[in-house]
Amino acid sequence: MLQVKNVSFAADGKQIIRNISFTLDDGKFLIITGPNGGGKSTLARLIMGIEKPDSGQIILNGEDITDLSITQRANKGIGYAFQQPPRFKGLTVKDLLSLAHGSKLPDNKCCDYLTKVGLCSKDYLNRQADASLSGGEIKRIEIAMLMSRNLNLAIYDEPEAGIDLWSFSMLVNSFKSISNQHKSVILISHQERIIQLADEIVVIADGEITMQGSKDEIFPKLTGDLSGCDLKPEGSELSWIK
Amino acid sequence: MDKITTHMLNEVADLHSIPTGAYNIRLNGKSEQRNSTENITILTKKDKPGIDIIIKPNTKNESVHIPVVLTETGLDEVVYNHFEVGDNSDVLIVAGCGIHNPGSSKSEHDGIHTFHIGKNSKVRYIEKHYGEGDGSGEKVLNPTTEVEMEEGSYCEMELTQIKGVDSTIRKTTASLKSGAKLVVNEKLMTHGKQIAHSDIIINLDGEGSSAQIISRSVAKDASVQVFHPIAVGNTNCKAHIQCDAIIMDKAKVSSIPEIAANDADAQIIHEAAIGRINNDQLIKLQTFGLEEEEAENVIVKGFLQ
Ligand SMILES: Nc1ncnc2c1ncn2[C@@H]1O[C@H](COP(=O)(O)OP(=O)(O)OP(=O)(O)O)[C@@H](O)[C@H]1O
Ligand SMILES: [Mg+2]
Repeated sequence: MLQVKNVSFAADGKQIIRNISFTLDDGKFLIITGPNGGGKSTLARLIMGIEKPDSGQIILNGEDITDLSITQRANKGIGYAFQQPPRFKGLTVKDLLSLAHGSKLPDNKCCDYLTKVGLCSKDYLNRQADASLSGGEIKRIEIAMLMSRNLNLAIYDEPEAGIDLWSFSMLVNSFKSISNQHKSVILISHQERIIQLADEIVVIADGEITMQGSKDEIFPKLTGDLSGCDLKPEGSELSWIK
Repeated sequence: MDKITTHMLNEVADLHSIPTGAYNIRLNGKSEQRNSTENITILTKKDKPGIDIIIKPNTKNESVHIPVVLTETGLDEVVYNHFEVGDNSDVLIVAGCGIHNPGSSKSEHDGIHTFHIGKNSKVRYIEKHYGEGDGSGEKVLNPTTEVEMEEGSYCEMELTQIKGVDSTIRKTTASLKSGAKLVVNEKLMTHGKQIAHSDIIINLDGEGSSAQIISRSVAKDASVQVFHPIAVGNTNCKAHIQCDAIIMDKAKVSSIPEIAANDADAQIIHEAAIGRINNDQLIKLQTFGLEEEEAENVIVKGFLQ
């Protein structure tokens, strides 16, 4: 169980996260959505320990982890797939998957995880995870790395970004069965089809939670928000009108 | 051969036992063991220290190992080795130098290697430099490599210095005739107060010749690295030089490229990047449960892989 209690964070004199609180129970799939620049990725970074809050607490399974390092949190079973994954010169996709998993993964296991994100694995295992990979490829590898881990809390930051339609369907299916790997999931997304997978939804705008509740309660309000916009094609991204 | 020598041979030439094929093992200034084969003859030079390695034309899939090991303190040597590679050959040359300096005097090996690579021949040259020893004596390696490449020849050089060499000045020059192709992969890591200079001069003289130089280096602690690659295109040719350095701690790295095209059809490219380890890479590995230092090591090792 994750508890975020009154967390605030400022950088460069700008208040980015304002007194955010929520609880995520084990077995739950939480979607965080909201306008660009609202503070979603920053909140993810605060939970992972990449940034430290100015005030408030982050509690995992009853333990206050606010002062723990990234590494310590990783060892407590928190993982984070970045919105913009880094590339590595000299490390192969297989190397990275093994590093993520925490032990050497056999080829067939690597392949399983790559298949889940729609990558034809044989072609990729020994590829360098460097600038030669396309944006969508490195993004899918980033997701596969998190999927390969047994975690208490997995955070996916806009996993759909830059991913083609066919792989997108694979991805949605993989997220449907992700509870086998992760006790709880936070997924940041703007995509209706992904948001529909949620048990719970949190909407963050301007560093604050503006809506929070079960999917059935919040989802209609999100789409309702868009009723005034007739340009919106079905099944695509939510656009936020402020 | 004692334990230290065997260990050093393993470090510099991946040798666990006496190699197959031709070899010359030089230990503390003397030729320790040698073997010539039907196609590859190793001869002691008459006028100066060193050997001539003569490879007959059409020699295919054979190898020559010529490791050099210094295990005594205070040795200082200049050695001249010449490789005469006959036409249409395909050979592997492994030349490494390791200094185990147990004492307080400087040990230095300056290897002057010259290559004449015959028409349509293919050479893979692997050279590893390594230093160790508890004493305060410096370990110095100054390799000079001169490569003359005939029409249609191909040469791939892997030059590696990962550990323990206090000071090194590397000079590499190559001249390429038509259709010749040179690939140089240089890997360097310096630490402590080490200093490493690498000068490379490539003359692309023949039509359609090409060269690719990829240098990757990591500079730690207060070490200093200077790269000075020069590529001169005198005809329709291609050269690509890429220097990529990770800088850490209080190290200094400079890259001073010089490229010249003396012909409108010469395509010469130089790219250089020097920077810290990317912070996102470090963070990413920490999110996998690695400590910062472990993460650094993984990144550095991968980068120099
Ligand atoms: N280190 C920082 N210094 C200054 N401003 C920052 C910093 N990190 C984030 N911000 C700002 O904080 C705001 C929130 O950024 P964040 O990346 O969390 O948004 P987001 O909700 O993830 O947006 P998106 O949907 O575009 O990914 C943005 O205005 C961003 O420019
Ligand atoms: Mg974001």
